[in-house]
Amino acid sequence: MEPFTLRIITPDRVFFEEPVEMVEFNTTEGEIGIYPNHVPTTVIVAPGVLTITQEDGQREAALHSGFAEILQDGVTILAEIIEWPEEIDKERAEAARERAEGRLTSRTPETDVARAETALHRAMARIEVLK
Amino acid sequence: MASMRDIKRRKSSIQSTQQITKAMKLVSTVKLQRAKGNAERSRNYFSCMYETVGSMLAKAGTINHPYLRAGASERKAVIVITSNRGLAGGYNSNIIKLITRGELKKEELDIYAIGKKGKDTLHRYGYTIKEDYSDVIEEPAYADAMRISAQVLKAFTDGEIGEIYLAYTAFKNTVSHEPKLIRLLPVEAAPEEQAENGREGKGADNRAPMNFEPQEEEALDMIIPKYVTSLIYGGMIESVASENGARMQAMDSATSNAEEMIGSLELQYNRARQGSITQELTEIIAGAEAIS
Repeated sequence: MEPFTLRIITPDRVFFEEPVEMVEFNTTEGEIGIYPNHVPTTVIVAPGVLTITQEDGQREAALHSGFAEILQDGVTILAEIIEWPEEIDKERAEAARERAEGRLTSRTPETDVARAETALHRAMARIEVLK
Repeated sequence: MASMRDIKRRKSSIQSTQQITKAMKLVSTVKLQRAKGNAERSRNYFSCMYETVGSMLAKAGTINHPYLRAGASERKAVIVITSNRGLAGGYNSNIIKLITRGELKKEELDIYAIGKKGKDTLHRYGYTIKEDYSDVIEEPAYADAMRISAQVLKAFTDGEIGEIYLAYTAFKNTVSHEPKLIRLLPVEAAPEEQAENGREGKGADNRAPMNFEPQEEEALDMIIPKYVTSLIYGGMIESVASENGARMQAMDSATSNAEEMIGSLELQYNRARQGSITQELTEIIAGAEAIS
């Protein structure tokens, strides 16, 4: 299959820019996988695992927020936060998950549910990537 | 003519000032290199962000979204990015002039200050300082920009403010910086001319029409805050680079001014020295003649 260019840009660096065969990630509308010649679409990223399939294998990263512009000949992901597995601190992620779960189970009127849920999703994406 | 001792004292005081300005220049040169690197690396993100939002708005021209029209409130928020430290030439005062001499009315403004210098000066002029984030300008991080934009956007959606502006110093190159005041919200739709061209241009840039998932309105809801955040972050990064550039220039001219002053004091000192020797000689000779 004809590879296409995947560019992942964060505010402080170009995170990834290589030809890939397929890329999968979570959006607000559900999980999507993108092959070349996709219909031009802009999607909003939801926290989850980003899987990049290249000729020589797969790579994963934890993608937390941002949006993606899908064109026929390439995909550009503007990611606010994205990490390779080796950049993730496992203990911190576990601790964050416990904290968020704790906040969600012992819910009080002051609990910022949306924030706790986002935190939980992020922590889970991080842990998922490390597996 | 000042005495030799006075001139000498003045010269050494200028010399020690020169040492300080020289050191400050070196420090800001190093900092400038780093800040410039940051600014260049993040530029990619902003140009992409700008393009995407521009193309979205060109398409979403008819959408009546809260982010695209001014709020009911008369009040306007201005995020003012200056530095925490002075001695940077006109860097801080240029930004302040932009606000005090612009078309914005003092009574209507809520200032969100990033940088102590701007905060203090605007406070003295009687502006309302709503928030102060001065510590973030030392090491601007994207998370800081997220925090600030969340707070400002909340004030916007709550109807406390009707418009949001950003005042920062754009970094063109090491010697040229331009203070800028831009409107963040409501977002200015891409110039009509461009949109027209896109439509008439028979697919000039051979792009199929863009789809949005979710629909434009929802997508705008999520993308505009990111857009605002990225502009604030970009503003901070560029301002830091400009600050160091401005300080480097200011310190450079201070150092060379000191050099000049030392030169002329040196000359004065030598003249005074020669004058005193001549006088002493005349006195001795006159004395010798009187005795003989």
